[in-house]
Amino acid sequence: MRGRRKLGRGVAVVGAGMSKFGMFSDKDSKYLFAEAFHEMLSTVDKGVDTKDIDALYLGNFTNDFFVRQGHWGPIISDLLGFAPKPATRTEGACASSALAFREGVFAIASGFYDVVLVGGVEDMSKRSTEEVTQGLAMAASPYEVKAGFTFPGVFGAMATAYFAKYGAGREHLMNVTIKSHNNARLNPKAQFNVSIRDIMNQRIEKAKNKGEPPPAWRDEKEFLRDPKANPVVAWPMHLYDCCPISDGASCVLLVAEEIAKDFTDSLLYVVGIGQGSGKGLHAKEDLTYFEATRYAAKEAYELSGLKPEDVQIAEVHDCFSIAEIVHIEDLGFFKPGEGYKAVEEGLTRLGGSKPINTSGGLKCKGHPVGATGTGQLVEIWKQLRGEAGERQVPIKDLRVGAAQSLGGTGGTCTLTILERR
Amino acid sequence: MEGRPFNDISYERFLNEDKLMGSRCSKCGVLSVPPRSICIKCYGSEMEWVEMKGKGNLATFTCIAIGPPFMIKEGYDRKHPYVTGVVELEEGVRVVARIEGMDGSKPETIKIGTPLQVEFLHRGEGANSTTFLAFRPL
Repeated sequence: MRGRRKLGRGVAVVGAGMSKFGMFSDKDSKYLFAEAFHEMLSTVDKGVDTKDIDALYLGNFTNDFFVRQGHWGPIISDLLGFAPKPATRTEGACASSALAFREGVFAIASGFYDVVLVGGVEDMSKRSTEEVTQGLAMAASPYEVKAGFTFPGVFGAMATAYFAKYGAGREHLMNVTIKSHNNARLNPKAQFNVSIRDIMNQRIEKAKNKGEPPPAWRDEKEFLRDPKANPVVAWPMHLYDCCPISDGASCVLLVAEEIAKDFTDSLLYVVGIGQGSGKGLHAKEDLTYFEATRYAAKEAYELSGLKPEDVQIAEVHDCFSIAEIVHIEDLGFFKPGEGYKAVEEGLTRLGGSKPINTSGGLKCKGHPVGATGTGQLVEIWKQLRGEAGERQVPIKDLRVGAAQSLGGTGGTCTLTILERR
Repeated sequence: MEGRPFNDISYERFLNEDKLMGSRCSKCGVLSVPPRSICIKCYGSEMEWVEMKGKGNLATFTCIAIGPPFMIKEGYDRKHPYVTGVVELEEGVRVVARIEGMDGSKPETIKIGTPLQVEFLHRGEGANSTTFLAFRPL
């Protein structure tokens, strides 16, 4: 790197919206994006004239494979009545819309555009689990695919390595799952808007209604240890360690700093952005962290002048429970090998010193892959504006939040830091 | 053999001949498995083929219950998970490979560091034939 990186001019986020995430047999990509866009429009305090939007950047990963339709940039721009203005699709596997966000920031920072819509969409649930697994594996390295690795498999292998190096175990992953569900219970947009306790009670009720002996789980961990309730997917990843298959869309509106006050007086600035790329599983020196996330974090911290301890809340890419533990270490929130202890101590809960995935994370909010990057920023937007309702974190003077995305098996990693000024 | 391009196609063809091959940079000596056509240390493009001895140990693993269609076709499913992992070769490089001879339904019996020996799994016929790189405990 030659000299310190900087943005040509400031960029603010002035609107954010998302569709409900879930599995919808009757909703397609266009419908979902319209839902997210419509909500975004309603969040711009002083309103936005859609004629002022200069360009669209759209993240999408697998629609070519899952719905046999490519070229989603113009489809969505036509949907929103933007044509003939430019629309560009970005693809970075599960980090696709995090890349759209970054391109939007660059487009404004360069001085080329003033108002840009960035978002993402994915429509995954109309295929079988096996087909979805195969489709997502397109983002792994060819060697991994041939060796039979699936996405849960790659993270399973990382968890095996992490356990062996640091002495953690399945019980520690369960702490992540239980927390994610507790947060998602307070998020009406979440795919799994229930706690583990709620799920246990539903199962007990169901058994009673059928006249069967109700399961006698003493607590959430006993439920998660029960192989009938929580079967193995790719050891040690079990069903409740894995994000679901989801449909959904999300978007945010970016504007140049000079005109930001025309949209709102409650300004959130993009102060840090970073991106890294990673190697295949076989070429990683250590299987317990993501070099690409560490690189992205370094870039974003340097640009912002902030340190990990300045970030008050974060959404991290918990496609699998082990990933959340690894990410909070890679972002410097906790030392390597201590992330699982921090989760166990409750530091990452809503009321903890470093709340992580207040939305419920990918695990519970859902993971429509292309929509996830900007979806995370919708949550950070809500929290920083004090609009997260029941799940609002009780931090006084909440100013700085971050979102970290990961694509593939760590091939593309990003970090975005927003600051309220 | 020297005439083969240093790429994944040649790597796969060597597997089919029961050989695990890498490339070594003639200039700086860096070994790459799978092979590379340019060296990412010195950016030299003169490579030579090197055959791995096929011995290593298990660096990490997972036991997969929900696999892709080609593994399901081999009879693996939720009741019969397969093992796959990362193997550190004696030569100091790592490969991803299927792990044979270990019970995927008993992951607690599988230990990191287990010494392994290469095995070549030939599947399919004619144009559909392929060879999977695998390892088995010594």
